[in-house]
Amino acid sequence: MTNAPVIVGAGPAGVRAAEALVAHGVRPMLIDEAARAGGQIYRRQPPQFGRSSRTLYGFEAGRAAALHQSFDALRAHVDYRPDSLVWNVQGDQLDVLHGPSQRTQRVAFSQLIVATGATDRVLPVPGWTLPGVYTLGGAQVALKFQGCAIGQRVVFMGTGPLLYLVAYQYAKAGARVVAVLDTARFADQVAALPAMSTQPAVLLKGMYYVGWLRAHGVAIQGGVRPVRVSGDERVSGVAWHDGTRERTLDCDAVGFGYALRSETQLADLLGCRFAYAPAHRAHLPEHDAARRSSVPDVYLAGDGAGIMGADAAEWAGERAALALLADRGVAVDASRAQALEHKLARLTGFRSGLDRAFPFPEDWAGHAPDELVICRCENVTAGTLRQTVRESGADEMNRLKALCRVGMGRCQGRMCGVAAAEVLAHCTGQPVQNVGRLRGQAPIKPIPMQLIVASEGATP
Amino acid sequence: MTQRIDCDVAIVGGGIVGASAALALRRMGQQVVLLERDLCGSRSSGVNFGGVRRQGRPLSQLPLAQRAHRIWGELPALLGTDGEYVRSGHFKIARSEADLAALERYRELSRDFDLGLDMITGAALRARAGWLGAKALGGSFCPEDGQANPRLVSPAFARAAERAGAQVFERTPLDEAEHDGQRFLLRSTAAALEVRAPVLLNCAGAWAGPLAAQFGDAVPLRSGHPAMAVTEPLPAFMDWSLGVEGGGIYCRQVARGNVVMGGGAGYEIDEVRARVERGAIDGWCRQAIELLPALRHAHILRTWSGTEGYLPDRQPVLGPSRSMPGLFHGFGFAGAGFQIGPAAGEVLAELACHGRTVTPIDAFAADRFDRAAASPPPASLATSVTH
Repeated sequence: MTNAPVIVGAGPAGVRAAEALVAHGVRPMLIDEAARAGGQIYRRQPPQFGRSSRTLYGFEAGRAAALHQSFDALRAHVDYRPDSLVWNVQGDQLDVLHGPSQRTQRVAFSQLIVATGATDRVLPVPGWTLPGVYTLGGAQVALKFQGCAIGQRVVFMGTGPLLYLVAYQYAKAGARVVAVLDTARFADQVAALPAMSTQPAVLLKGMYYVGWLRAHGVAIQGGVRPVRVSGDERVSGVAWHDGTRERTLDCDAVGFGYALRSETQLADLLGCRFAYAPAHRAHLPEHDAARRSSVPDVYLAGDGAGIMGADAAEWAGERAALALLADRGVAVDASRAQALEHKLARLTGFRSGLDRAFPFPEDWAGHAPDELVICRCENVTAGTLRQTVRESGADEMNRLKALCRVGMGRCQGRMCGVAAAEVLAHCTGQPVQNVGRLRGQAPIKPIPMQLIVASEGATP
Repeated sequence: MTQRIDCDVAIVGGGIVGASAALALRRMGQQVVLLERDLCGSRSSGVNFGGVRRQGRPLSQLPLAQRAHRIWGELPALLGTDGEYVRSGHFKIARSEADLAALERYRELSRDFDLGLDMITGAALRARAGWLGAKALGGSFCPEDGQANPRLVSPAFARAAERAGAQVFERTPLDEAEHDGQRFLLRSTAAALEVRAPVLLNCAGAWAGPLAAQFGDAVPLRSGHPAMAVTEPLPAFMDWSLGVEGGGIYCRQVARGNVVMGGGAGYEIDEVRARVERGAIDGWCRQAIELLPALRHAHILRTWSGTEGYLPDRQPVLGPSRSMPGLFHGFGFAGAGFQIGPAAGEVLAELACHGRTVTPIDAFAADRFDRAAASPPPASLATSVTH
């Protein structure tokens, strides 16, 4: 093969994939949107910052350091392209926009490992577009990369393991965490314990965060239904329903989110076959145990192919690389491949426990008021979605988008797609898998027209 | 349990042609059943550029285009929505003296059709359209041409037909068609539906070929794929819809502020889906920034393509079957069917009811390819489309 294999994403999956390829004498290209490798979870601070990894990553410090060290050791053996956004693919050519040089280049690949990671799963609440409201992931980026907090008195709201982790990180960093409001009930968490006990260390960490927060006077409330974020110019408080009555708290910032959603646009443009995955409540690109997608020479690793967490991402990245190598005719250790598959399979049980501990709030769409903005780019409200359905009979996402512009703005549905699908499903009385998914179109993220002109004819 | 329906006219294809035919037939009192494989107006009729333009069409299409122009003017009354249709004016840009001469020639040739074309050049152009880049020497302006939102208009024709009493079956692919000597029999296994009608309208767009061929009207229909993109919303700066003499790009700014542009070609992913060719993106960006400097800092949010039916002479097939009485075709609009679609629908309705139409359609006869020896289609079908 003339072209090198390419890995998109330098998080836990991408770095472990690169490591396995290098170990077998193959030099991959590693393209990453971020300035430094590590992904979202092990995002590295800018080089001039000097906080300890214990401060930045808490319990994950060991894993973060291990991944960073692996990457640093690999650095000379991979064609590393940081600050680079893959915005399109056609055939075996990726289009890659390099931020600092403001140029876009075409990069050919022989084989491709897609390790594109995840973003927050957002379910809007009235007031969510006020300044001072961040996703949980955004709140974490502010802390890890920018060394600042989203506010002085912060409420964290939503559900999922990240809710407690970010609250803990904020409190440790000296921010005042006013409260953690979880839509899951403690009964859910207790019921999930047996399934989660397959990963005792992870379970203990979660319990530790909760215990620590409580011990430090942070109010933790389960079984809530967020009602609104209030404020005029910016956030001044939150209101939620606790099952019997509405309650309020003053705060100046809100971090919220409902676990994560996979970034699947590249897999979509590559033509990977998708299927609905009930455990993830999402349409995801299919892959086999060896992480081969439905498209020859395309492999899927990490949270971009279903949210399984950082440890799973490392195993999947390595497994994908072994499959890629085998497909190139390179001899690989079959027992290692099998061990990785076994570890990944074991994690599936834990993952279902997590879903039980932090269930998706299925009643969200039913409670979303008509005036709630679902698509902030195009200012499309829940009421507009419902009216469109009533008037047109639309029962599918792409049709709904065509008729009312939901998902047509800058985010192309990456932020609003989940919520819009929930509203559509609820108001047509269908299970959410039946409303389909927004078709992916290039560019994966908006691209400046001028850069394309400036870069014409450029080759790597 | 298969549902069986007898009706006067059966229509295959719920694009703008089929749906407007259904609406026109209902207004003529006919019982109509329309079968659409997917959702009405979800293919080319719904994802095209949205130009509503007579200027630049072959003279043979202008009677149809003029008829359509009247229908577009009554859109709210007809459909209950304006579909964002505005008579913004369409300006066809000349980038050379030769382009200007060609546009002047077209103005002369089309004089009988009362398009109101006006050549604008030099200082007058700068005064009227200061947002145009220096590459635009001048051009031809058609004040009553315009633009509309195809995502809204094309499905709205189907909904209007339905409200008027047409039976519209979506997600109903046609599996089998036959004629028993008196009536057409159409079957959709997936929808467990059988439709019988003495008259059949084939409005299946790029997929119309097999049905036409089955009844003796084999035509050299090919699929072509346009390439289009939309920018983020920008402050309003351009009120005209733009084309370029000799092809290249076309663009318009919608009320929301996004600039929609097209030009170049897409490529097929499968029978129903297509995507923009990478080279087309370079083409738009270079040409669009030259012609519209305001786009210099704009971001492209999305690109898309579609699947359109092309015949070698880039004219549609519109009219009766040469061999099967009761069968009429309306397809192959070569990427330029949005404006004339509603008129094509009315013509088909007239043909279905009366066997004739007041609009000249001789240039679109299904048998015209028998007369000329079949010539190979152009290498790139979509590149010279002028929207």
